[in-house]
Amino acid sequence: MAYGAHVARVRLEHVSKQFGEGDEQVTAVDDISLDIEDHEFMILLGPSGCGKSTLLRMVAGLEDPTAGDVFIGDHRVNDQLPKLRDIAMVFQSYALYPHKTVRANIEFPLKVRGVPKAQRAAEALHAADVLGLTDYMKRKPGQLSGGQRQRVALARAIVRKPAVFLMDEPLSNLDAKLRGDTRTELVDLHRRLDSTFIYVTHDQVEAMTMGSRVAVMNAGRIEQVGTPQEVYDRPASAFVAQFIGTPPMNLLPVGVLGTDDVQVGIRPEHLVLSTGGPLSGTVSMVEHLGHEVLLHAESGAGRLVARVDPASVIPAVGQAVQFDAAPQHLHRFDATSGVRVS
Amino acid sequence: MATDAVRGARKVGRYSLLVFVAVVVLFPIYAVLLQALKSGPDAFDHPRSLLPVDLTLDTIRAAWTEGDLGHLLMNSLFVSSVVTVGVIVTSLLAAYAFAFLNFPLKGATFALFLATMLVPAEVTVVINQRTADSLGWMNSYQGLIVPSLASTFGVFLVRQVFLQIPKELREAASLDGVGHMRFLYEVAAPLSRPTLGALGLFTFLGTWNAYLWPSQVINDDEHRTIQIGLNSLKTPNDISKFNLLTGGLVVAALPIFIMLVVFQRQLVRGLTAGAVKG
Repeated sequence: MAYGAHVARVRLEHVSKQFGEGDEQVTAVDDISLDIEDHEFMILLGPSGCGKSTLLRMVAGLEDPTAGDVFIGDHRVNDQLPKLRDIAMVFQSYALYPHKTVRANIEFPLKVRGVPKAQRAAEALHAADVLGLTDYMKRKPGQLSGGQRQRVALARAIVRKPAVFLMDEPLSNLDAKLRGDTRTELVDLHRRLDSTFIYVTHDQVEAMTMGSRVAVMNAGRIEQVGTPQEVYDRPASAFVAQFIGTPPMNLLPVGVLGTDDVQVGIRPEHLVLSTGGPLSGTVSMVEHLGHEVLLHAESGAGRLVARVDPASVIPAVGQAVQFDAAPQHLHRFDATSGVRVS
Repeated sequence: MATDAVRGARKVGRYSLLVFVAVVVLFPIYAVLLQALKSGPDAFDHPRSLLPVDLTLDTIRAAWTEGDLGHLLMNSLFVSSVVTVGVIVTSLLAAYAFAFLNFPLKGATFALFLATMLVPAEVTVVINQRTADSLGWMNSYQGLIVPSLASTFGVFLVRQVFLQIPKELREAASLDGVGHMRFLYEVAAPLSRPTLGALGLFTFLGTWNAYLWPSQVINDDEHRTIQIGLNSLKTPNDISKFNLLTGGLVVAALPIFIMLVVFQRQLVRGLTAGAVKG
């Protein structure tokens, strides 16, 4: 049994969503156009309230767009019921039926579709096998760990063989270690299913490690769409520059290392200790992380963070230091709009 | 800090009070039970009537035969069962609408619904009886059953439980193609089982013990329920049979007593369900 027999492209054209009326109207999604290719693992990344979940819910059909069109494959699905869209969704809370066994949960979408009992048992078993759940088929969700529940939710999604998988922060209820393991499993699952995945997260590590492309959202709009590396190497705006990367990019005050209408940004790993460098400050904190050291310094240009090699000579707290950065590592953003200028 | 002696005295005081209250509550039950288990003259022989001696089942046997209690019990069982099932079904449907659907004036409708709980049954009994009369429902099962088929309390109780079902479950189900009715019987109702059990038990008890309404609509032997039928066991002028009524009372209470013993866990769980999120 192969999954992903029918895959689909998802297109959003000038999609907007407003909630409330009159003075209380809030624009959650503001004129977004996005083209998600077949087989793609697209990440919608952004802070809380940026509209990423609303966008996903509009693809699912759980919210109606106020304006714009949603296409799955070649079909405009704005007026189509969720069940007719050939999608499956994994919720942050997993949304498992607590009174049904794992087997019944996985089989349920097939049962609703009238799939014969023997066939749905076989397909549920296969989906369970893909996710390593065969030993837990008779248990109820309450008797499973968070990670197992999450896998049941995934199995329930893949058993339907949908064209598109939608995932709304599916890892955010897991502890750090399990989150790391499940990230790898999801990437592997995407490869095996060969389907289109749309994945919502506020966690940039998930975005960087899992996505074939990332759409960074802010205040209802998409700031940048690109591969994780592109988004990291050439952030399209000061917002993206700050949102992607840990610790975030150092954004210098307008005018420092640039002209009066430009704000310069430098990634911590590109800020190097250099006697006589143009940025001087005093070390305020040293974070030893084993494989790297983060050096925090207070300077005239605000707080600077530099990533330095633990094997090098590490200045002590209170010591005066100077930093420099190679010209090719300076990111320049328009001082007013925040948009990248070079 | 209280010493052991003070603590012991408090304990004695507390338990004495509890024993006293238990005696006050249990004594009438004891007295009725004892009366029912004695012959007419023995039951009249005070204070010996309060001692558990000279016990016999004759009075209960006589009450069963003379009061035609078998027929009355079957009537009560039938009416109570149908009303219980009806109330659960109507409560589920109405509560689902109030909890999961959006329609104009939903809040106002629900408030109006709840407001009917403020109207005592005694106020509506006359007009309801006239309605039943005009429908030709006097002395009929539909007259006994139909007016009790919906319960505001039931709708309220089930709605509160439905509101605690995460909305993601409804959304996940709708993505799977589950319609409202299917979601109701496959997901919402099973998740509310403790509450539905408690509601069923309460409804059954309430219908079984109902006196006012059945006494207004039923005037013949065929449809009489047990609580009304017990009247025929009143024999105030015949001392030898004066405790027939208590014999009938014990028979009438027995099914309810058994139900309570069997379902008491369900009752407590249902009423506290949702009190603590978990």
